[in-house]
Amino acid sequence: MTVDLSQFIPSFLEESFEGLELMESGLLNLEPGDNETIHSIFRAAHSIKGGAGTFGFDSVTEFTHLVETLLDEMRDGRREVTSKDTEILLDSVDCMRLLIEAARDEQDYDQEKVANTSARLSETLGEEATVESESESESESESESEIESDSSNSGGSGFKIKFIPEHSLAKTGNDPIFLFSALAELGELTLSANTEALPALLDIDAQELYLNWQLTLITEVEKSEIIEIFEWVEDECILEIEPISNSSLEVCEEEESSENDSATSNELSAESQANNTAIQEPIVTTELETEDKNKSTKAKAKADLGSIRVGVDKVDSLINLVGELVITQSMLSELGNDFDMTKVERLTSGLEQLLQNTKELQESVMRIRMLPISFAFNRFPRLVHDLAIKTGKEMELVINGEQTELDKTVMEQIGDPLVHLVRNAADHGIESKETRLANGKSEKGTISLDAYHQGGNIVIEIKDDGAGINRTKVLNKAIEKGLIDENAILTDSQVYDLLFEPGFSTAAEVTDISGRGVGMDVVKRNIQSLGGRIQVESALGKGSTFKVNLPLTLAILDGQLVKVGTETYIIPLISIVESLQIDNTLINRVSGDMVLYRLRDDNVPVLPIYKMFNLESKCTEIDKALLVVVEADGQKIGLMVDDLLAQQQVVIKSLNDNYQQVAGISGATILGDGSVAMILDIPGIIHMALEQAQKNQRVRSDGHNSVTAELCL
Amino acid sequence: MNIQAMAQDIPAEGEHTVEGIDFITSGDQYLTFLLAEEQYAVDILCVEEIRSWEQPTKIPNAPSYIKGVINMRGIIVPIVDLRLKFNIGKANYLETTVVIVLTYQSEASSRTIGFVVDAVSDVLNVESVDIKPAPAFGGCVGPQYIDGLINSENKVVTVLNVGHLQQVEKHRLQS
Repeated sequence: MTVDLSQFIPSFLEESFEGLELMESGLLNLEPGDNETIHSIFRAAHSIKGGAGTFGFDSVTEFTHLVETLLDEMRDGRREVTSKDTEILLDSVDCMRLLIEAARDEQDYDQEKVANTSARLSETLGEEATVESESESESESESESEIESDSSNSGGSGFKIKFIPEHSLAKTGNDPIFLFSALAELGELTLSANTEALPALLDIDAQELYLNWQLTLITEVEKSEIIEIFEWVEDECILEIEPISNSSLEVCEEEESSENDSATSNELSAESQANNTAIQEPIVTTELETEDKNKSTKAKAKADLGSIRVGVDKVDSLINLVGELVITQSMLSELGNDFDMTKVERLTSGLEQLLQNTKELQESVMRIRMLPISFAFNRFPRLVHDLAIKTGKEMELVINGEQTELDKTVMEQIGDPLVHLVRNAADHGIESKETRLANGKSEKGTISLDAYHQGGNIVIEIKDDGAGINRTKVLNKAIEKGLIDENAILTDSQVYDLLFEPGFSTAAEVTDISGRGVGMDVVKRNIQSLGGRIQVESALGKGSTFKVNLPLTLAILDGQLVKVGTETYIIPLISIVESLQIDNTLINRVSGDMVLYRLRDDNVPVLPIYKMFNLESKCTEIDKALLVVVEADGQKIGLMVDDLLAQQQVVIKSLNDNYQQVAGISGATILGDGSVAMILDIPGIIHMALEQAQKNQRVRSDGHNSVTAELCL
Repeated sequence: MNIQAMAQDIPAEGEHTVEGIDFITSGDQYLTFLLAEEQYAVDILCVEEIRSWEQPTKIPNAPSYIKGVINMRGIIVPIVDLRLKFNIGKANYLETTVVIVLTYQSEASSRTIGFVVDAVSDVLNVESVDIKPAPAFGGCVGPQYIDGLINSENKVVTVLNVGHLQQVEKHRLQS
């Protein structure tokens, strides 16, 4: 009785949401005759109902019961699985989620939607179901309305409870104090004991209970919650619960209090019973405290969402690794106890082992933060399903590589941009049925989501086999909006980049799904803020592909260490295209002092780092230096460095904490020897170089002007 | 010896040393250090640690008085040469050259920055009334950095404002 159930609520919620996801994905894949799936959907619904009942989330229980009834009929083969039913069930899943969320936050839910859906459910149940279930559903809706009326008249008032326990109640381990304190948590409780049945002191059996109580509870809760408290003693007492209205309340209270006095004045009562009456005041005073406590637990439950579930295998491997680390450590410390030069070999092998251990440990710890991308992909089947209905187009979703793992923080932030891209594909990409048939395509459009690893990155592709991007349309729109010059000649990728300009949309009409042109710029910004990039490929009439490139994690990056003068810098490996020895014949100087390097077909501008950062360098001649070709935002540049050093993983540390953001530098890290090295910010460097070039040009043209001015004089 | 006599041996507040031991007094304590021949002081509660000079990693395009950053137990700490910043004396890096790492807590954040000085000298116990306002005659050190002056024996110690010391100016890109 005194077990605090509320501590299990978070895990119930977690399980319920998982159950809902399972139901949803099951429903989307449901085909007639697929008993296995129906069973699993039914099981999920059933456990949600059971859990909700235990925790007193009645609205959830009521609603889920309807869903369960429908599913039960499907399971028994009494009902054909039709697409209409599936729709209703999907809506029901939404409602259940709504209800559970409302229960979690203790807030109101969209009553209309729930009522609508439950009406539809009951209707479906009534339509062709057997007599048995029909009556069931009726009674169900009745009880529902009953509850509603109950809750409406209980608002702001309370209940009068008559509690007459049997004498043996205390022997079964039940103590009325616990019952009363549970009641006091529901509202303001006043109680009075009736001591009439109390025998003379000599005749009292200490284990018997002689009192009965009159309780008045002023509360907002429903009757069922009160019954729940008395659940365990129901069979051993006479219990009457009557709702009281506001007007009668005051009178009651007065009566109660006078009775109270008489009760407390009877001080001869047995010890335990004296306790019972004495407890009433503390109960009322602690009320406020418990309210506060409730609030804090609610806040805690919300903050709890930041937890991750980690597979046992990952934890096990971590423990194994720590074990190995401890062994290596003890071996090394033993070696250190009496060290002489003959043991150098063992020392180096020990250190080697330590290196190995640390590396593996680091990888395992990072793996804990990694989750399969299916967490982000899960919502898309439903999304595409809904979009198909909304747009009236036929489409299916193909998902590949959902086991690809990704850092949790990255995952959380990539969800919304992905939703946007999928919506775009469904709305703008896929054509209507008629157009598709006319173009000789199958009437069903396909949107595919692919995730895979490429180097230290994860690539997510959103592909559709729709109309593709109409180049001229985009260009015209861009000219119309004044984004580009009429005569500008743009490459395909530059044209597609226009799509990410704010307020750009080529959709002929704005739908409620997309087309307002708000969003693609946000998508790009979000992805860039994660250190990723987005590329577009498209073929007119064949479809388009949006490729999102993201770093696997934000805390660690793979870097190439380079030397410039006395300084060591780190270039993120992800942005390096290639590193090469400079071939003198491929250097071209154009338009004054700009140096270009011919890299196959591209002309790559060369940027000497020592000049940008004002450093002393021994390789100021371009032909003695090495060139690291990097790419950002589709722009390639060659960074001139003195030497290439090792490649290694580095932990990113912010310069902002104690200093400030530095142009061209994204952060710092600590190298193996304890020294600090700067991590280059490639997009930032390109930006810097552009700005500087423009400034130089201005200075030069100003100088030119002043010369002409002198001449005029 | 009775207890009364013993009690008299315990130094009263404000009394400085007994056999070379400093006693914490009611006043504040200041760490004094040297820039060229001049004495300066900072609030001792801000001092994180005193390190010997080591060559830091340069920050690109930083002003000349910002020598770079060092790794202090995993924290990246910028190093400011106070002699260059205030233009006092010569910025030589000798054996005695030290870095005083100061942490200053403002309402919003806390910053840790290291300052290069010629030498640390002493800890002063000073009552707040003994800190005199600095005369408004110009010197190398801007008035915003100075909290006041302390007379210590026959020398004058300048008390610096750690909060202001820690403000870093934005880089200006050289064209």
